[in-house]
Amino acid sequence: MGESSLHVLKGINLNVEKGEMVAIMGSSGSGKSTLLNIIGILDELDSGEYTLDGIEIKDLNEKKAAQYRNKFLGFVFQSFNLINFKNALENVALPLYYQGLKRKERQEKAMFHLEKVGLSDWSTHLPNELSGGQKQRVAIARALAAEPKLLLADEPTGALDSGTSQEIMQFLQQLNDEGKTILIVTHEEDISLMCKRIVRLKDGVIMEDKKIKQNRLK
Amino acid sequence: MFKFLFDIDTWQELKESLTKNKLRTVITMIGVWWGILLLIGLLGSAKGIENKFSVQFGDYATNSVFIWGQSTSKAFKGYQKGRSPRLKFSQLEKIKNQVKGIKFLLPRNARDARVVRGVQYAYFTLSGDFPLLDKIQKKDLIAGRFINQSDIDDSKKVVVISDEVFKQLFDADENAIGDFIKINDINHKVVGVFESGDFDFGGELHIPFSTFQNVYNQGDNIGWITVTGEKGFDIRQIEKDVKLVLKNLNYVHPEDNRAFGSFNLGELFERFEGFLMGMQFLTWFVGIATLIAGVFAIGNILLITVKERTKEIGIRRAIGATPFEIKRQIVLESIFLTLIAGILGIITGGWILIAMDYAFGHGPDSVLINASVPIFIVFISVIILVVFGSLIGLIPANRATNIKPIDALREE
Repeated sequence: MGESSLHVLKGINLNVEKGEMVAIMGSSGSGKSTLLNIIGILDELDSGEYTLDGIEIKDLNEKKAAQYRNKFLGFVFQSFNLINFKNALENVALPLYYQGLKRKERQEKAMFHLEKVGLSDWSTHLPNELSGGQKQRVAIARALAAEPKLLLADEPTGALDSGTSQEIMQFLQQLNDEGKTILIVTHEEDISLMCKRIVRLKDGVIMEDKKIKQNRLK
Repeated sequence: MFKFLFDIDTWQELKESLTKNKLRTVITMIGVWWGILLLIGLLGSAKGIENKFSVQFGDYATNSVFIWGQSTSKAFKGYQKGRSPRLKFSQLEKIKNQVKGIKFLLPRNARDARVVRGVQYAYFTLSGDFPLLDKIQKKDLIAGRFINQSDIDDSKKVVVISDEVFKQLFDADENAIGDFIKINDINHKVVGVFESGDFDFGGELHIPFSTFQNVYNQGDNIGWITVTGEKGFDIRQIEKDVKLVLKNLNYVHPEDNRAFGSFNLGELFERFEGFLMGMQFLTWFVGIATLIAGVFAIGNILLITVKERTKEIGIRRAIGATPFEIKRQIVLESIFLTLIAGILGIITGGWILIAMDYAFGHGPDSVLINASVPIFIVFISVIILVVFGSLIGLIPANRATNIKPIDALREE
């Protein structure tokens, strides 16, 4: 897996400010996922530098990487990646568990975030008892639970129908309004238009980087 | 570092991952359960057989040899072959002086006896004995006493009888002590009753040695001697030395191996001890090998589990679980499984020992006695289980964290 050296990203210069909502666009093979993984400290960069919240992310051991991920980053995946034998509340509480919070505190915090995504009534349901949109909202609640600096979403609407996609995007916009920095990887044009800035990648280089007027849904 | 053990979530996680596939968990545990069950069962039975053996020998000094006269097979110093040398009481002092390492040298004499009490009669072996016999071959007295020095000095007509003799001649509620029985038509006063062991040598009836010599006109003659060696002396060497002295005293050719017969209890015991040791070694070997197989089964299953859980582990790591936390959880699962299976094995092993004791451990025909495993062995086994469990758990644990979270997440 990934043993052969292949240069996916060929010189990327990207600066994301606090409070931005950025869409990273590109067809498959453009390197957008690799970029997200590097930003998410899931993958390592071969050369160059990456600074997150003023800290240079470099040569981290797995333990440090895990701690940074826990502290700085919230992940939302296309396939939700909920743990299927844990109920909604437990899934949301999981990052807090790894932060070492007390059980009661975790439950409270998790419940707060679950309420925020409007799923407090579903807290005891297992993921397979939830719809796709609900699952993604649980995943967002989980990403938010640790109060990260940056929310990373990898094709968050990829597995959802357009109605639910709109709903999720609306919610992400709302979070952004509250000051959260959000990075969304997508290949859907209409999704990118709902962000404030679009970065287009092709063959590992930035083709275009422009600020746009956000497409708000009512 | 061990604070996590007191965290309810640790156990919640454990419960979740183990109950997710109950069948697999149970099958995994059977390996270790069976291993420890075998170990406990085998060790217990080995111990039971050993106990049975030592009870049979009673407190018989096991480094003993019996020696008696037979008949010569070589002519020597003008004597024809076919002569029967007899052991003499007067020779004992010389033997004791010339052979190194003798602790006790006990002369005995025996013959058949018809025992009569009232209208009851029976045939038993009668022996003339010294109080010393009680030291070499501990008599479990039910009532009264054994022969003492004053009995010897005055050649008293007293007798110590076995419980078997008592059963033949007396009613169960009668008191034999002080009563008289006729042995070969001579009245003897019963002074003691002993419980016969399975391995008694010579006689259900013991009378004072001097009485025996007088009544049966034995003079200086002895039936046989029991020689007990000091600790640290080889009983086989003592046997050889004593025989050599005897040959010398009785004008027997030094290489005449037929002249004196012997039965070396020490040698027999040694051989049996070797057998027991072999059995124990086998027990440990089989038990531990099975145990290791069981632990490997756990490791194997955990490895499969980890493979199945690659994605879950990836998610956990993406949201901030450190590799240590992941490893800890998997090793804990491993230890938990081995420990629970092991404890169940110890408990059921205990039941089996109880059942064995119930079925074969009672009465005179018992195969084993008090089949048991020392608690210390149980402790050691538990510790071994924990150590094995954590070591084997490390393999899947390392595998789980060797996969990059990014690859783990990609896995579908």
